[in-house]
Amino acid sequence: MTSLAGWGNYPKISTEILAPGAPASVQQIIGERSGLIARGNGRAYGDAAIGTQFTVSSLGLNRMRSFDRTTGLLTVEAGVTIADILSTFASQGFFLRVVPGTKFVTVGGAIAADIHGKNHHRDGGFGNVVESFRLALPGDLIVTCSRSENSELFRATLGGMGLTGIILDATIRLFPIETGWLRQETRVAHNLDAAIAELGNSTSSTYSVAWIDCLASGPSLGRSLVYSADHATRREQVAVGTGLEPFAPIHHARVAVPDLVPAWLLNRTSVKAFNEMYFRRGAAQEGKPSLVHWDPFFFPLDAISNWNRIYGRRGFLQHQCVIPLDRARTVIPDILDRVSRRGSVSFLAVLKQLGEGSGMISFPLRGYTLAMDFPVTDTLFAFLDEIDSLVVNSGGRLYLAKDARQSRSTFESGYPEIELFRNIRRHTNGNTHLASHLSARLGI
Amino acid sequence: MASQKDVLIVGGSSDIGHATALRYVLAGWRVSLAARDLVAARRNADDITARTKAEILVHALDVLQTDKLTDFVNGLPSVPDTVVCVVGELGDQARAQTDPLFAASVLRTNFEAPSLLLGLFAERFQERNSGTIIGISSVAGDRGRGSNYVYGAAKAGFSQFLSGLRNRMALAGKIRVITVKPGFVRSRMTANIKLPAALTVQPDRVADEIFRADVGGRRDAIYVGRRFWFIMTVICLLPESIFKRLRL
Repeated sequence: MTSLAGWGNYPKISTEILAPGAPASVQQIIGERSGLIARGNGRAYGDAAIGTQFTVSSLGLNRMRSFDRTTGLLTVEAGVTIADILSTFASQGFFLRVVPGTKFVTVGGAIAADIHGKNHHRDGGFGNVVESFRLALPGDLIVTCSRSENSELFRATLGGMGLTGIILDATIRLFPIETGWLRQETRVAHNLDAAIAELGNSTSSTYSVAWIDCLASGPSLGRSLVYSADHATRREQVAVGTGLEPFAPIHHARVAVPDLVPAWLLNRTSVKAFNEMYFRRGAAQEGKPSLVHWDPFFFPLDAISNWNRIYGRRGFLQHQCVIPLDRARTVIPDILDRVSRRGSVSFLAVLKQLGEGSGMISFPLRGYTLAMDFPVTDTLFAFLDEIDSLVVNSGGRLYLAKDARQSRSTFESGYPEIELFRNIRRHTNGNTHLASHLSARLGI
Repeated sequence: MASQKDVLIVGGSSDIGHATALRYVLAGWRVSLAARDLVAARRNADDITARTKAEILVHALDVLQTDKLTDFVNGLPSVPDTVVCVVGELGDQARAQTDPLFAASVLRTNFEAPSLLLGLFAERFQERNSGTIIGISSVAGDRGRGSNYVYGAAKAGFSQFLSGLRNRMALAGKIRVITVKPGFVRSRMTANIKLPAALTVQPDRVADEIFRADVGGRRDAIYVGRRFWFIMTVICLLPESIFKRLRL
């Protein structure tokens, strides 16, 4: 038995780890066992990738199978990470249409969480780049799923948190890029209304995201830096950044957070100072297009390995909700106001637009998503329950890949297709064999 | 432009074999793999082809069939510039203590077979008067430890074989013999063992050291994870009267 936690270091739970060395050995390893769930690189924040009995690590399934450079179709085993894909193919002129905020997720994990990027409102979630995958079902059966083959199971598995089977490999589509640079513009939004308006206006850009200063209050509540960007063409790259290579190498200089960071390091004063500095630096960039390498643009936090440790020993929760479009302008300020009044120190607060989701229990719906980090304290749970009720009343929901504590009723009111999903699980024996602590907690 | 060089990696189904193959391909070498498990070797070869477009040749070879080794070496389409042998099997020490056939197979896999194969390559390289022979031994061969001395003894034998071969080749010509001694490597071989994180490296680190020793260095024997040089020096200097009482 090994004690495992998600990226948030909360909760920590004992489980037995199974580690197949190749897709061909997955079925033999899972055998007749029950209470198991697949785990990729452990970037889900809460209890989604901890099996109630067994946790099947996909990290040994880390080989690529084939890449067709004319169609961009790449077939990889489920444990191949997005970092591996991008560091291999970006310099060859190919990129992934949908990437999350960290490149250290596996393809299997990206499918299971139907992860979204900064372009969800335009390009949809990870499911949209997936052509097909092979799924090992309990009971010695391997099925291929795509939009035309086993399409119900395909749609259940996208965002299905690993609860339909164990993904063995997948064929995903890469698209050509002319350079490895992004042409980025920064806009300042002095309050939340302005931020939402700015995100709505930046629909001409592929990528857009707002960093929110959570500690701003009163008339500045929700003041933000809104970033928008597109892949730079060769011509744009030359115009903005002369003398740069079209495909510059990744810088591997990674800073590490030491093992034990005292929890008091993150307090209202230090975060306020950081936010002020960050905001001013960003504001100084306003309106000037700049070139940013794909690595720091998409994955700024990956430069600090184990940044999750800054929240100290008790870990942290990321609360990520989505609020439907028509309610966002009233509900999000309400949430931010409560966070600000609580004096919570959310080091990271991000606002993005989302479009329709593609899986049965995928997180996205048309609206705005707000993500905030909170160190675990005794009073946090009650506070987040209060936020959840605002989310539920607006018709919104919480992201399962981040969740460690929402209630069953919050979950069920947010995911209307859950009964359909449960039916699929009954049909494939998922309900009797596949179980994570998340699914047990929420009754999925 | 220099013509493309050839490397043969024996043990091509392993994680270190895979990482080593990729490292040589990225440096422009032509790579072939030899392995007993052809499905696993093909899986590694396909991975490298997907990443790089390079075609990888896969040869069937069971190194334990030592009577066939000469035919294998003579039957290769060309004599490679470098041969790397990453063949190895940790084997369960407890089982090796009571199951002589199993223990013999651990000894043969880690010592006898790799030594005989690389010895044959040395002869072919000598005819041509060029070539590099790289054997992956282990820090476990530096001093016998209670927890894995069957494996360790075999690796010790392999290290000594390489040392002797190196000595002979150095006096006779231009053939290099390199001993690579990894410490803890996270791979399929060690998938079920708890390894100390600070001392554990990924297979691509071993691959990088192998490649750099081949093309750049003049080093004859290298530890992967430089701190292992220090650790092993200390371990080897301990008097037996103390060493035998340690749980290692």
